[in-house]
Amino acid sequence: MELILTAEEEAFRQEVRAFVTAEVPEEVRRKTMTGFRLSKEEHVTWQKKLFEKGWVAPGWPVEHGGTGWTPMQKHLFEEECAAAGAPPVIAFGVTMVAPVIMAFGSDAQKDYYLPRILRSDDWWCQGYSEPGSGSDLASLRTKAVLNGDHYVVNGQKTWTSLAQHANLMFCLTRTSDTGKRQEGITFLLIDMEQPGVTVQPIKTIDGSTEINNVFLEDVKVPVANRVGEEDKGWTYAKYLLGHERTSIAAVGRSKAQLKRLKTIASVEMQEGKPLIEDQNFKEKIAAIEIDLLSLESLVLRVLSDESAGKGPGPEASFLKIRGTEVQQGITELLVEAVGNYAHPYVPEAMKTGWNEDPIGPEHAASIAPHYFNWRKASIYGGSNEIQKNIIAKAVLGF
Amino acid sequence: MSFAFTDDQKLLAESADRFIQNDYTFENRRKNMEMDGGFNRAVWTQFAELGWLALAIPEAYGGLGGSTGDAAVLLESLGRGLVVEPYHSTVVLGAGAVAAAGSEAQKNEILPEVAEGKRLLAFAHVEPRARFTLNHVETSAIKDGGGYILNGEKAIVHNAETADTLIVSARTGGATTDHDGVTLFLVDPAAKGVTLRSYPTIDGLRASEVTLEAVQVGADAILGTVGGAMPVIEAVVDRACVLLCAEAAGAMDAAVTLTVDYMKTREQFGRPIGTFQVLQHRAVEMLGAKDFSRALTYRAASVVDVADPRERARAVSAAKVEMGRGGKTIGQEGVQLHGGMGMTDDMAVGHYFKRLTMIDVLFGNIDHHLRRFARLG
Repeated sequence: MELILTAEEEAFRQEVRAFVTAEVPEEVRRKTMTGFRLSKEEHVTWQKKLFEKGWVAPGWPVEHGGTGWTPMQKHLFEEECAAAGAPPVIAFGVTMVAPVIMAFGSDAQKDYYLPRILRSDDWWCQGYSEPGSGSDLASLRTKAVLNGDHYVVNGQKTWTSLAQHANLMFCLTRTSDTGKRQEGITFLLIDMEQPGVTVQPIKTIDGSTEINNVFLEDVKVPVANRVGEEDKGWTYAKYLLGHERTSIAAVGRSKAQLKRLKTIASVEMQEGKPLIEDQNFKEKIAAIEIDLLSLESLVLRVLSDESAGKGPGPEASFLKIRGTEVQQGITELLVEAVGNYAHPYVPEAMKTGWNEDPIGPEHAASIAPHYFNWRKASIYGGSNEIQKNIIAKAVLGF
Repeated sequence: MSFAFTDDQKLLAESADRFIQNDYTFENRRKNMEMDGGFNRAVWTQFAELGWLALAIPEAYGGLGGSTGDAAVLLESLGRGLVVEPYHSTVVLGAGAVAAAGSEAQKNEILPEVAEGKRLLAFAHVEPRARFTLNHVETSAIKDGGGYILNGEKAIVHNAETADTLIVSARTGGATTDHDGVTLFLVDPAAKGVTLRSYPTIDGLRASEVTLEAVQVGADAILGTVGGAMPVIEAVVDRACVLLCAEAAGAMDAAVTLTVDYMKTREQFGRPIGTFQVLQHRAVEMLGAKDFSRALTYRAASVVDVADPRERARAVSAAKVEMGRGGKTIGQEGVQLHGGMGMTDDMAVGHYFKRLTMIDVLFGNIDHHLRRFARLG
């Protein structure tokens, strides 16, 4: 079931397709499609290219550098980027901290950070979770104590994705222990390149090290780097969570991965026939495809509500739940598709410059690591259990 | 059919569980994995001394003559420790094939050495394009005087790089997927023309792609009947599937226990997460998945030694399907209920998840065994 597009929308799609097809380097495309790790440079180079084209922040208001696209255009853009194997724009700057700065930041913060975010001059990371505060984020204990014109921050953040690349962190800190836990949290922008900040990688079950512990020891943060008011950070964090939730659904990416699954299933042979001709396997793909179609439909509905000025409601949590279920479902079928060649684990094969022959089919190398790695999706960004709590409370009124 | 464990089996389980708990900790396993060849030879010697390698080898050849059920008891315990030593490769598949098909001379030569821990074997049967079709054998064996010349490729041969002897299937007749025409050979991995490309597997074991290029073997290398190996291979693999399921039962048990313990100690919102009913039910699903899989596995274990091939195949496929489903439930939910911690390499739960996932893939995944069960009617 294809989207029915107007002539203008179709022309727009072709324009995006022509650009991304021409501009994404083959090596980057291959890595993105197969789930291999991209270097910081590969990410930044691509984002700068999008910036030059004026397309790096479609979700932003036009006055800050947004594109002014319709919801359908935003959706088509995401889909075409994913289909061409463009690296996803790293969310921490453009889609996470930027809307908070726009809504609650000082003029000085807007003037300084927003253009830098557009140009990918900074790499942001998110300082939310702590060892004792995961699903129960409001229990966080990283302490910020005001001392003249700066805060002194002490504590530990964890699961910090790509902190190894980051020079800036938006960070939730505790500034008050009295009253409701949510009311003593302050939103700080922290320079990672200073004494007292230590980034320690965490190895995950797939063998990669994209998440980190971040230790903060007497870290000085100027008061000018506080977003909004002291003790009001929880409100800003919630605003962030309610913003651009459609990107977490990753419809375009899942479409591209589904296509990849079908390609692989058409070359993997089972009992003399391509696996994709197996009725049972075909139906499993179909079931995921239908999940994805309804997800896409809900995304488009939410996007059009957004452009009509209606912020995404807590229903947006469904986008996170379904989006990650679809992503995980595809990784699971990919493991099934490659059969015995899910076994070999050769991380070098997933890196640039590995010139040896693959073990088994080339498409198999990253599939099992990716399956295990992607279990994170139903845990991060508010676990799927927490998303259900949000819906139960805010939508159903329990 | 008795569902009770014998006294000997209870003693075996106790001593194996004790060994895992005391000597095969998560940290020790990690060290063993990193040793040359991917396992600890001292542990292997210990297994021999404990009689575990002899357990299911016939008494006439230096073994203890145990049943598949006895072996399942041991494997369940080894599964709790995610043991990386080559038990399946050497004892279950390797010695299993020799015991089933070997001549008196071959059995006398090989089996006592396996029981004593002095000979390691690897089962080189699966091929790159075979997927889960057991009788898909492209490797050829061409008659050459009294012996044969082997050419072909074998895929994901666990523990080939440490094996003293490879057991290789090759076609002496028939077309690629014919049931007839497959023959087993004993091949020295150091023989001219044998090339190994070895690598770690995602679940912490070692395997190799084995290439055979004009490998010459003598008449004494033929294991069993020329052209008649498929029934042997099917029986050996069916039995291996049951023992993989037994290993999985131990891994599932450990993963469920770990997860429940974590839920009882991890606090969020001011109380242990295990006090949330919605999470309790998911832990109950995990426990049930383990119990059903384990029950069906022991039933299959009691069937494989005595049943006709059709009944045996049905019992094995049913157990493998249930194991695949249970392993997926327990692996995925175990990680999810651990939250971010479950994603870390430092926590054991992810390692159980990986092993359970790979046991599902070995010798046919859920879909394969579902299809096989359905076809058997």
